Amino acid sequence: MIDVIMPQMGESIVEGTLTKWLKKPGETVERDEPLFEISTDKVDTEIPSPVAGTLGEILVQEGTTVGINTVVGRINDGAGAPAAAAPVAAPPAAAEVPAPTPPAPSPVQAAAPVTSQPAAPIEESAGPLSPLVRKMARENGIDLSQVRGTGAGGRITKQDLEAHIDGRSAAPAQAAPAQAPVQPASVAPPPPPAPAQQAVVQQAPQAQQAPPPPRTQAVAPVQEQAHFRGEAPAARVEPMSVMRQKIAEHMVFSKRTSAHVTTVHKVDMTRIAKMRDRVKGEFQARHGFSLTFLPFVMRATTAALQAFPLLNSSIDGTNIIYHRDINLGMAVALENGLIVPVIRNADEKNVVGLQRSIADLASRARSRQLRPDEVQAGTFSITNFGSFGSVFATPVINQPQVAILGVGTVEKVPVVLDDAIAIRSVCYLALTFDHRLIDGALGDQFTQKVKSILENWSEEVL
Amino acid sequence: MPELVTAAAACELRDLGRMRYADAFALQQKFVECRKRGEIPDQLLIVEHPHVVTMGRNGHDENLLCAPELLDRAGIEFHRTDRGGDVTYHGPGQIVGYPIVDLREWKRDVMAYVRGLEQVLIDALAEFGIPARREAGATGVWTAEGKIAAIGVHISRWVTSHGFALNVETDLNYFRYIVPCGLTRPVTSMRALGCLADRDQVVAAIARGFARVFDREVEKI
Repeated sequence: MIDVIMPQMGESIVEGTLTKWLKKPGETVERDEPLFEISTDKVDTEIPSPVAGTLGEILVQEGTTVGINTVVGRINDGAGAPAAAAPVAAPPAAAEVPAPTPPAPSPVQAAAPVTSQPAAPIEESAGPLSPLVRKMARENGIDLSQVRGTGAGGRITKQDLEAHIDGRSAAPAQAAPAQAPVQPASVAPPPPPAPAQQAVVQQAPQAQQAPPPPRTQAVAPVQEQAHFRGEAPAARVEPMSVMRQKIAEHMVFSKRTSAHVTTVHKVDMTRIAKMRDRVKGEFQARHGFSLTFLPFVMRATTAALQAFPLLNSSIDGTNIIYHRDINLGMAVALENGLIVPVIRNADEKNVVGLQRSIADLASRARSRQLRPDEVQAGTFSITNFGSFGSVFATPVINQPQVAILGVGTVEKVPVVLDDAIAIRSVCYLALTFDHRLIDGALGDQFTQKVKSILENWSEEVL
Repeated sequence: MPELVTAAAACELRDLGRMRYADAFALQQKFVECRKRGEIPDQLLIVEHPHVVTMGRNGHDENLLCAPELLDRAGIEFHRTDRGGDVTYHGPGQIVGYPIVDLREWKRDVMAYVRGLEQVLIDALAEFGIPARREAGATGVWTAEGKIAAIGVHISRWVTSHGFALNVETDLNYFRYIVPCGLTRPVTSMRALGCLADRDQVVAAIARGFARVFDREVEKI
């Protein structure tokens, strides 16, 4: 029997009114089929059934208001052992956890194809099973109603049987769920407001255990909600925005994919700084936006990419894809995230054109007016962390590119020139490159090329 | 490959003009199913209903001040529906908005969603110089002269339906047939507050507010 609980539909919600049962006791219900409706101030929510089975008893009548996590009813899903909660089955997550004891390393059966067979009495109560599982149960004389299923929808998998066999031959089998309040670190405690659409206690998927016995059970986490009774909570939970989730995914994906190496070169920007000082007033008056250092760096970068096309490429398996166009991505910091709009064919623009694109894309990025095609098809990226004061950093490659150039802040520092001390405007360029494709020597040659163009700048800007 | 974020998630704005309640309800259900399957992005449906009184799941029949037959004679439809909230009236001059949003892609918090809808309307009204606010314990949007927008929402697998109704130049007399949302407080409209903005201007302001509050790129279809 599986407990069905009043779910928490939001962080600050402490109770709900059950307005309507959509099934009667004795009726069957599919997993995810709407089971009951709850109402909280102007919001009516359909709550789906956590498992397939038959609705057993209804503990909370229509029109009653109860606290979240209160058991409102029970579903008979056919698994024999009474449980405080059914673990929500993660997709073959069992494969991610190194399994120490299964007798032979075997492919995960959690996704065993469900063949609905005309079932004999024992098998019927255990839900749909693969033929392999049934055969194994028969051969080992296992009563399937005694086995806890950890597969999708509570199905019994091969691992479950193996564990059951181990448990039987070893000391006390872990059949009954532990009722101990807080679990040791093997199960991540249910994050307090984990609004589960499944009206069942939900374990974090990573906590899905491999077959070995300590199948720790999370108990109804009522005690986790104790902080509602007047104490200030120790932590505040806030779900991530979509943008944040995507950034998080991309960053780790990139780190896992590329062999990140960063090389740093110091660049004397004095020549450009002087030119900029000279023309910036007229530039602003003529074009309506100001002249920064970034378009100079971009221009030097596109020239260097033409000389070293391997840095304007991508890796596909064991192939190198050389891109025809140079589409420069430009990282823009947003209020709670970042976005990388792309300047297409950046090599065809001069400093004015690049500065115009920079100003336009940055402004539209911040006001959320970029079009989807403006953030796609980049071949190389530039990140200007200097605008936040950083002298150098180690940027993460924007997949599927193979390099990213970071520009530090331009500042006046004393340097040695011709054995004398001079004050020059200097900045650091930090190139992170993918060492799968680009070796240190090439990365340095590329950056030296950018440096040399910047230090010997000759192109007029106005 | 998980891409670095593209532009903000999309939301399609569909101004469907005049539509009967039942038809809009059926359309919503279709959109909800498509949204659940991920076949479409979030939607913001804007409609105007012919006179109709609707009763939500928290509804009390005594808040309907006359027999349904009387409503019929007055040319007012009546529907019981699956949104939260009590009884309310919709009619010409009222902007009714049905956002079909997958809350898994925003926040899994239905109360935050309701507060978000209130904020959208408060921000839109501010563009026209109308100071509106929330009231604790009384979901909806309020002005000093009374309630100017009502909210009632239905959630199915984190996808929203129903939504809000903002009185632009609604004939407020029709509210006398009901105790709106079970409250005996006055109801008002933008016109009654002296604001001459037309429907399209208000819809545009709502779309802007929606884009901001729900972090969506709203595209008019």
